[in-house]
Amino acid sequence: MGAGRVFGKPGVDWDSRMTWIALRMLTGDRMKFLGLVFGIAFSTLLITQQLTIFVNLLGRGATAVYNIQTVDLWVMDPVSRTPDVVFPMPATALDKVRSVEGVAWAVPHLRSVAAVRTPSGDLEGVSIVGVDDATLIGLPERFASGRPQDLASPDAVFIDDVGAEKLFTGVDPVGRRLELNDQRAIVRGVVDVVPSFTAQVVLYTRYSEALNYVPGSRNRLSFVLAKAAPGVDPEVLARRIATETGLRVRTRDQFADDGINFIIENTGIPINFGITVALGFIVGIAIVGLTFSLFIRDNVKQFGALKAIGVHNGRITRMVAAQAALVGLIGYGLGLLMAALFIAIGAASGGAFKGFYIPWQIPTMTLLGVVLILALTGWIALRTVLRTEPASVFR
Amino acid sequence: MSAAAPSVAPAMADPAAIRVQQVSRDFAAGGQVLRVLHGIDLEVRSGELTYLVGESGSGKTTLISIIAGILYPTEGEVEVFGTDLYSLTDRKLVEFRLSTIGFIFQQYNLIPTIDAASNAAVPLIAGGTPRAEATERAQAMLERLGIGDQGAKLPSQLSGGQQQRVAIARALVHEPRLVVCDEPTAALDAKSGRTVMSLLREVAVKPDRSVIIVTHDNRIFDLADRILVMEDGRITHDGTTVPSHEA
Repeated sequence: MGAGRVFGKPGVDWDSRMTWIALRMLTGDRMKFLGLVFGIAFSTLLITQQLTIFVNLLGRGATAVYNIQTVDLWVMDPVSRTPDVVFPMPATALDKVRSVEGVAWAVPHLRSVAAVRTPSGDLEGVSIVGVDDATLIGLPERFASGRPQDLASPDAVFIDDVGAEKLFTGVDPVGRRLELNDQRAIVRGVVDVVPSFTAQVVLYTRYSEALNYVPGSRNRLSFVLAKAAPGVDPEVLARRIATETGLRVRTRDQFADDGINFIIENTGIPINFGITVALGFIVGIAIVGLTFSLFIRDNVKQFGALKAIGVHNGRITRMVAAQAALVGLIGYGLGLLMAALFIAIGAASGGAFKGFYIPWQIPTMTLLGVVLILALTGWIALRTVLRTEPASVFR
Repeated sequence: MSAAAPSVAPAMADPAAIRVQQVSRDFAAGGQVLRVLHGIDLEVRSGELTYLVGESGSGKTTLISIIAGILYPTEGEVEVFGTDLYSLTDRKLVEFRLSTIGFIFQQYNLIPTIDAASNAAVPLIAGGTPRAEATERAQAMLERLGIGDQGAKLPSQLSGGQQQRVAIARALVHEPRLVVCDEPTAALDAKSGRTVMSLLREVAVKPDRSVIIVTHDNRIFDLADRILVMEDGRITHDGTTVPSHEA
């Protein structure tokens, strides 16, 4: 009788067959298996959902910039920081910008706040955006109802779609009158935009109308929006305008980043979301770690028996790794699916989550988090098995 | 021999299946070193069913663990079918156990979430035999042990005696040359214990094979070919029966 003749091919096949045993050990203990999957799914959901909300909220610091497609440069007073943190300039700034070589065109842009009396009689703070009378540059491109030329009507304003739902819940806002800083405004259209970070109602009107709606000092020009002439590098032009006018000039992407950075630097949002993401990670480690340890403890005699029979530590490690991989795969998949459904339903409902999406980097980061959780908890659990002496099964 | 088997070739001509020479084993306990085996010399022949008996703490489990290649001796040498176990690398030793030794544990240590046939097939699967073939051979072994109709059941659905038979099937399915058993009847009633031991003797004891059993169970002493009695880490009796005070 040859001892070796009962054995088949070495290598990958061995491990795949032992993997089958490992996975049956795991899935056969249904409660612990579900506990492990739940732990990973919950962590994945929490981390993905919170990171997605965080990233999209930050992104809303840039929506005012990205809602206007055709502009290369935003010119402003040197102390202005973001589309919402503005120090107005004298109207002459527009001519200064237009006079710089390489500027294809430049238009005035006003952003301010006002109070509007709602149909129900409440006061609501709104953002007023005044766009160039002649070209309507500064107006978003997508419309839920109405046409750009409708803004030419007297007292005409366009309202953003989320704001329209807020002010005129369940009612078509077009044709409705608003009392805006004691002046009449008539809604002539609804624009389809991603809301800003503050989620304030935004009313778009012509620059000349906006000056009437927004009382204030002599200087009310918030920005000059400029386009570089063909062949002119916007960044080079930005430096030239800044040098020649003394104004602050930002390219579109730079100004979008300014809006995002302002939120990061001036709100507690990163810390709050960071804490929640960390909690998701910690809860994952706690649930998975505890369940994995219990699972291994319950099976330590079986692992010890396998070691005695002749399964070496490397294969035991791969068996535990296979168990962790299965838990990770199912848990991560379920968690990601739940997070995607949550975000998709929120985005489709058009409310606070309008425009939300999951950037590919977030599932990747979550996957790394899950791998880390499983590696950490698996390693802790595995140590018990690896330390188990085969001889212990005889005690 | 396949690549899965160790490169150490058993010496078939040697009538001694196991040769233990001057084996001692120390354990550290409470800052002190405790010697539990004292220079054991032993030869076990092929074709014999050998019992190791003795009081708790006499060293029999330590000795069988060393013979089975799962516990290093502090001193001495152990040869199993001509292979010096503890001169092997760790990996070779593990492979040697897988190919040459079958284990039967007191608590069976079956995997609770796979069926009886799959449990019995574990050594074959671990050795690289395709699962279907391994399960088929395991099922055949279960039939030889009289529980062929239980192959699809989980261990929790079997009685203690049936579980022990599954454990025996697992120990024998890959046709090991040495079978070591730790108190195989301890958890069984007298009738089941005797049935299991009779089956083990019938199936496992072959001319080129050796079976060593650690037991307290005097109800099955009559099934042994040889009985070694241990006291305080030494073999104090070697015969076909036990001294009257042990029985």
